[in-house]
Amino acid sequence: MIPEYGHFALILALCLAILQSVVPVWGVYKNDRYFMSLSRSLALGQFVFVAIAFAVLTYLFLQDDFSVKVVASHSNTLLPNIYKFSAVWGNHEGSLVLWILILAAWSLAVAIYSRELPLDMVARVLSVMGMISIGFLLFSLLTSNPFERHLPNTPLEGSDLNPLLQDPGLIVHPPMLYIGYVGFSVAFAFAVAALSSGRLDAAWARWSRPWTNVAWGFLTLGIALGSWWAYYELGWGGWWFWDPVENASFMPWLMGAGLVHSLAVTEKRGVFKSWTVLLAIFSFSLSLLGTFMVRSGVLTSVHSFAADPERGVFILAFLALVIGSSLTLYAFRAPTVASRSHYSLWSREMLLLINNIVFLAATLTVLFGTLFPLIMDALNLGKYSVGPPYFNAVFVPLMAIMTVFMGFAPSANWKKTRADKLKMQLAVAAGASVLVGLTLPFFYGAEYNIWAALAVCFASWLIMTLFLDMRNKLRNAQSISAGLSRLSRSYYGMVIAHLGFAFTIIGVCLVSQYSVERDLRMEPGDKVELAGYSFQFDGSRAIQGPNYSGQEGVIQVHQAGELIAVLYPQKRRYHAQQGQVMTEAAIDNGLMRDVYVAMGEPLGEEAWAIRLHYKPFVRWMWLGGLLIAFGSFLAAADKRYRLAAKEKAGVKDTVAEAV
Amino acid sequence: MVQRFKLFLPLAIFAIVAGLFYVMMNRIDEGEYNPQTLPSALINKPFPSFAMPQLEQLDKTVIQADLLGEISIVNVWATWCPSCHVEHSYLNYLASERNVVIYGVNYKDESDAAQKWLQEKGNPYRLNIFDKDGKLGLDLGVTGAPETYMLDHRGFVRLRYQGPLNEAVWQEKFQPLIEQLQQEQQAFLQSAVNWPQAGVQG
Repeated sequence: MIPEYGHFALILALCLAILQSVVPVWGVYKNDRYFMSLSRSLALGQFVFVAIAFAVLTYLFLQDDFSVKVVASHSNTLLPNIYKFSAVWGNHEGSLVLWILILAAWSLAVAIYSRELPLDMVARVLSVMGMISIGFLLFSLLTSNPFERHLPNTPLEGSDLNPLLQDPGLIVHPPMLYIGYVGFSVAFAFAVAALSSGRLDAAWARWSRPWTNVAWGFLTLGIALGSWWAYYELGWGGWWFWDPVENASFMPWLMGAGLVHSLAVTEKRGVFKSWTVLLAIFSFSLSLLGTFMVRSGVLTSVHSFAADPERGVFILAFLALVIGSSLTLYAFRAPTVASRSHYSLWSREMLLLINNIVFLAATLTVLFGTLFPLIMDALNLGKYSVGPPYFNAVFVPLMAIMTVFMGFAPSANWKKTRADKLKMQLAVAAGASVLVGLTLPFFYGAEYNIWAALAVCFASWLIMTLFLDMRNKLRNAQSISAGLSRLSRSYYGMVIAHLGFAFTIIGVCLVSQYSVERDLRMEPGDKVELAGYSFQFDGSRAIQGPNYSGQEGVIQVHQAGELIAVLYPQKRRYHAQQGQVMTEAAIDNGLMRDVYVAMGEPLGEEAWAIRLHYKPFVRWMWLGGLLIAFGSFLAAADKRYRLAAKEKAGVKDTVAEAV
Repeated sequence: MVQRFKLFLPLAIFAIVAGLFYVMMNRIDEGEYNPQTLPSALINKPFPSFAMPQLEQLDKTVIQADLLGEISIVNVWATWCPSCHVEHSYLNYLASERNVVIYGVNYKDESDAAQKWLQEKGNPYRLNIFDKDGKLGLDLGVTGAPETYMLDHRGFVRLRYQGPLNEAVWQEKFQPLIEQLQQEQQAFLQSAVNWPQAGVQG
């Protein structure tokens, strides 16, 4: 009976979603404040019922209720509890419920933290979010019901979760990613609300900004986690494959990066309104497009869910409805009159415009590369594949161009930069960063590597210009600490996020250029030197896990004669899933380098194929991702957003906010 | 007016993309398009892992590891496939005269018929994977037999060829790649030697 409760809760949530999308707008139309204010309670109600459905599904997994199809095909009694938990979203049906839950949570968050907003705006925004929710609830209930049963022939044992997904990283990766994806629905809803009400102004940009920043921060975390997971779980040391599903999450990220910056211009200067609203629509559209690509079977990837044409048609129709109608609204309502505000060629507006153009170009590059095989096949021009060479060739130069301008942006002024003194300082920073970049490779690696030099040039240019600007901002302060405390959180957010970007550049480029890897046959007692480390293979031993058994190698790593780590890479064979074999890499990590060991294949007589990697600076990439996300959150926590709330809300609501 | 017109551009682009998806989904439905068969799917990626019975000895299990360590080709074949009959003698020639390491994937076949085939026609394969349900074939993205994959010394897929092998195809596609892969393997072994104070001891 319990699965049916979950099913019923999902149906009730659908009913509430329908009300949430209709009633508030009707209130706006009739100018009835009561109906408008109902939007908040309806959002709460919807959240409660979706949460019940999700809790029920989780309970079914934890209880091994194999009468439920999803549980039977993605879990197993031997599966550790923590993975039963993540198995809830390790499949198409359950992940959809997670998606809906997160959407409901975002709606609830908007309902709670929207006191400064005019009521009709809240009503419009929540109504748009309700409509999106209807689409996904219908999708779940009609094509992918998670509570479908296997009656009366209930299997005694489930077929287990894909071993690739039995990993701590995968417990948090999908929720983070979805919080980011779905979070763009808030920016989208604000954009649609602004377009339909005709109030596309600086206030709209200020409301959207913190929401967009938070969503984008979570998406950054999700992508970084995914890359980290691929690195240690797939067992061959790769961290980004330009796989269609990775691209599906990367495109909204790129577009979101554009949006985050474009919103800044619209908020501060009131320009680029049509452009910003378009980016908001695009960011969420690309999230939906990603969902479509992963679940329809149009593209193939290691990550994609079981494809089903029926589902594909449903999402495509939904996609056409949401994106098509919002773009139609945009075409009719976006302002065509150019803003009166003028800015010169050498202004912050201009630099942010360049940022936007680069991010748009990067998004289109990735989109084009992802869809190219489809386009060629549709035109009967043959089968093609697009791999890393294309993406790297186009993407890297784009990012390099952007980094150059990115260095100018913090010190540039709105409208027109007063340049004289600054020019000199920037020239010094440029010279210094070129110097740093060009000299570093001499200290590193045997051969001079020009790509590493360039990467370090760009990264140090970013870092130096950031500090230059900070110093200039502190120039008139009485003391450094007084000056630092006067800088706003959004400024710190910017600095941290840009620093993060510099870190990511260093990580990505240096690990690509300076990695050393070897595949070797090793017998017990064999010793190998690699990049200054000596690896000694002490043989392998049998291991027994809860739902797998396998072999574990023992490898001592010495540096300069001292033992620095003993690594235990594993080869696991999972009992269910037709004995799928998994490689568990063992990593000795550090800020400056990772030492990465994976077991290949047994080669007989206790010999094993062993894969040894030396990966310098690889952590910087993910550390950079963390900094970008943190900066993004910090900027969203800027005082001015709350200040605006207090000014409007007056005495009564300040009490409420204190609670 | 022209300004307003421009604003319809994103909508138009989206309509084209949505149309593309619609067309492609129909093609998938009708079996004309299968994203799994894109040549990219596995190129430069490791051969998919599997555990399956060996055709020659059905109680013995073959795993991915058994195919690794040498430059080799993996040939997907079946007794029901006419082109495989044509191709077979050439495979025998490759194995005996040119010492090419060939692994077989016996794809969606009957084990009796397949074993009889090998007895009668000769067995060019070092071993055969018995993929009765076509599961490995699915992972490989096999559209039909025969199909041949080339693996490098690391066990990464480097080439995929659909259709029967013959001397012309071999000279055009496989031979140049083999030479390249041998150089890569040499370079790899060299690097093992040349690394500062390197050397495999023991």
